[in-house]
Amino acid sequence: MMKRIGKDLRPVLVCFIVMTLLCGVIYPIFVTGIAQIVFPNQSNGSIITITQENGTKIDVGSALLGQEFTNPEYLIGRPMGASNLSPTSEEQNTLVQERVAGWHALDQNNIGDIPMDLVTASASGVDPNISPEAAEYQVARIASARGIDEAAVRSVIDKYTSERFLGFWGESGVNVLKVNLALDGLI
Amino acid sequence: MSSIVIEDGLFLIVLVALSFPLGHYIYKVMTGQTVFLSRVIVPVERSIYKLMGMNDEDEMSPRKYAFSVVIFSFIGLIFVFGIQMFQSSLPFNPENFQAPSWDLAFNTAASFVTNTNWQAYSGELSLSYFTQAVGLGVQNFLTAATGIAVLFALTRGFIATKKTTIGSFWKDLIRTTLYVLIPLSLILAIILVSQGVVQTLAPYKEIVTLQGGSAQTVPLGPAASQIAIKQLGTNGGGFFGLNSAFPLENPTALSNFLQLLSILLIPAALCISFGKAVKDSKQGRSIYAAMLILFVVALAVLTYSEQYLAPVFQGVMASGNMEGKEIIHGVGTSALWGAATTAASNGSVNAMLDSFTPLGGMILMFLMQLGEVVFGGVGSGLYGMIAFVILTVFIAGLMVGRTPEYLGKKIEAFDMKMVCLIVLVPPLLTLFGTATAVLMPQASTWLTNSGAHGFSELLYAFTSMGANNGSAFGGFTANTIFTNVIGGIMMLFVRFIPLVAVVFLAGNLSNKKIVAASDGTLSTSNALFVGLLIVIVLLIGALSFLPALALGPIADFFTTIK
Repeated sequence: MMKRIGKDLRPVLVCFIVMTLLCGVIYPIFVTGIAQIVFPNQSNGSIITITQENGTKIDVGSALLGQEFTNPEYLIGRPMGASNLSPTSEEQNTLVQERVAGWHALDQNNIGDIPMDLVTASASGVDPNISPEAAEYQVARIASARGIDEAAVRSVIDKYTSERFLGFWGESGVNVLKVNLALDGLI
Repeated sequence: MSSIVIEDGLFLIVLVALSFPLGHYIYKVMTGQTVFLSRVIVPVERSIYKLMGMNDEDEMSPRKYAFSVVIFSFIGLIFVFGIQMFQSSLPFNPENFQAPSWDLAFNTAASFVTNTNWQAYSGELSLSYFTQAVGLGVQNFLTAATGIAVLFALTRGFIATKKTTIGSFWKDLIRTTLYVLIPLSLILAIILVSQGVVQTLAPYKEIVTLQGGSAQTVPLGPAASQIAIKQLGTNGGGFFGLNSAFPLENPTALSNFLQLLSILLIPAALCISFGKAVKDSKQGRSIYAAMLILFVVALAVLTYSEQYLAPVFQGVMASGNMEGKEIIHGVGTSALWGAATTAASNGSVNAMLDSFTPLGGMILMFLMQLGEVVFGGVGSGLYGMIAFVILTVFIAGLMVGRTPEYLGKKIEAFDMKMVCLIVLVPPLLTLFGTATAVLMPQASTWLTNSGAHGFSELLYAFTSMGANNGSAFGGFTANTIFTNVIGGIMMLFVRFIPLVAVVFLAGNLSNKKIVAASDGTLSTSNALFVGLLIVIVLLIGALSFLPALALGPIADFFTTIK
């Protein structure tokens, strides 16, 4: 009896152990090895490191994770945090109207309609990008807060705008953190 | 909108174009033929068989096949549960995570051994790298391979005459993993890393933000390797809590494209493999066509709703519904992703489904409620659809008064009993779970939204678990003892009752002789049959779920019309 159970269980257990080693140990370690050698920056979180005036290096963020900006001289990203609210709910409408008022308070000269992405939460809550329209909406404010040309701001924004893949897939986005680092002259 | 149509159209063309060669390749793997990877893999394969003490020629009876699947999965369940409970004393735990509660660990284990990947936890806040890779990642491979293995067994049932065996589960499982899943995952994982998906064993990184100088944590881990198989195996469980909506899991338009492609690629290719294996490619193509048609219609409604039925806010430029969507994915690929993942039982997200428009959310739910047969999970989607094909043949046979047959096999009472189990167990358990949850007095405290949309959150949760999908309306508080336990049991039943029924169906079919087609045989490869099949799939789904949908998304839609 015991022998029979042993005979039946052997393939089950051996198969499970071998597959676990193959798929759960060898495969991820192999991918990690290649990733660390060939793509060291990407595989470690796309961290942006800058050198300060005194020569020390500091990590100012991941190029892929949004940060909170509120000052008028910075390009400001989407609201932080994901909501999971129904888009047609009253709560959502109230939140959007509060955000609209916030944008108008920040830049009283700009009374145009606000791009949708600036008043809606993203999926990740840390969307690193905004739409090109949302960046353009902020150009005049950034230029006047910094006392520089609008053209200078636009050229920085253009530099950090990603295109659609092969021109047809996804949407283009402006990387908020990179634009702000460039405006501060840090990258 | 026209740009979204181009986006979707080109995507589908690439998908279909790739599914043919892959389908051909998988057919060769299933039938044990030599492929270009054989030279490398055969020695590995042989030595695994030797270690297991099995003979290359061993075949199994349906009873043994089913027993092997169930016991193998049961060991997986215990193992994944155990790894979580002991993760604080296991290696590769740089953030020093403690064990989760027993009910959460059970739910997660059940979820991953059933290819559901429902997640009541956030990976970066609760699981060590070891638990993720050795516990969950392994199940992502094995459950996908199990689904494909059972499909192979069913396929053999159609080809064989008067045979009492249906192949060897171990060979099916191991060959699928070695020849199909690991090579594809390797390629995908490395491309994903190049796009910025993290892959490291180092601890999380602390950074200082530019404005304000506050701290931000960048979560890390061996993510790319797991995300590759999560998509290819239609598992869908994110390495990070926010799944493929989180930029470190899906950073660019290209990574989004490749992940989306991987979600549907193997389920689509298996239709082609099936046609080749039964020596009538048209049979595979007609099932493929039925799936594609259902998919395109669902996608069109979903995209239309997200683009044009989105709310308009005063003082805001009108555009599609961007709440809960990432900029680079936009309305177009977020809607496509939603349709693909709910159709294919994948369960990953690149947008917050709870914030989809009411009708958009309904399409997501309905695709799951159709029984995950519109592509469906790898293997399981196609064997589910074949059950619907048999049901359609049966109903058509009743209408014309002939003994129904499919691929030369007479469909008899035992076969229909198995088909009923495959088709009816998921809706029954889904509705039972939802109804039980609604009766709980604390149910309303689990919801973020109120009213009809609140009920949708709850219905979505139990639909997702009852369809082995795994996606969620994120506003639902999933980590409660009730949902963990009831949901865990549901996921196990919904996976294994139909799966065992398929194996016995395969055995019964295998034992029959093949009858030659005559003038009176109903063709199962023409447009008329494709239409019939679609109607039957929609009918069963609608009959089961329209009342529930009326209380959720449909009511939600009508109450928000201004």
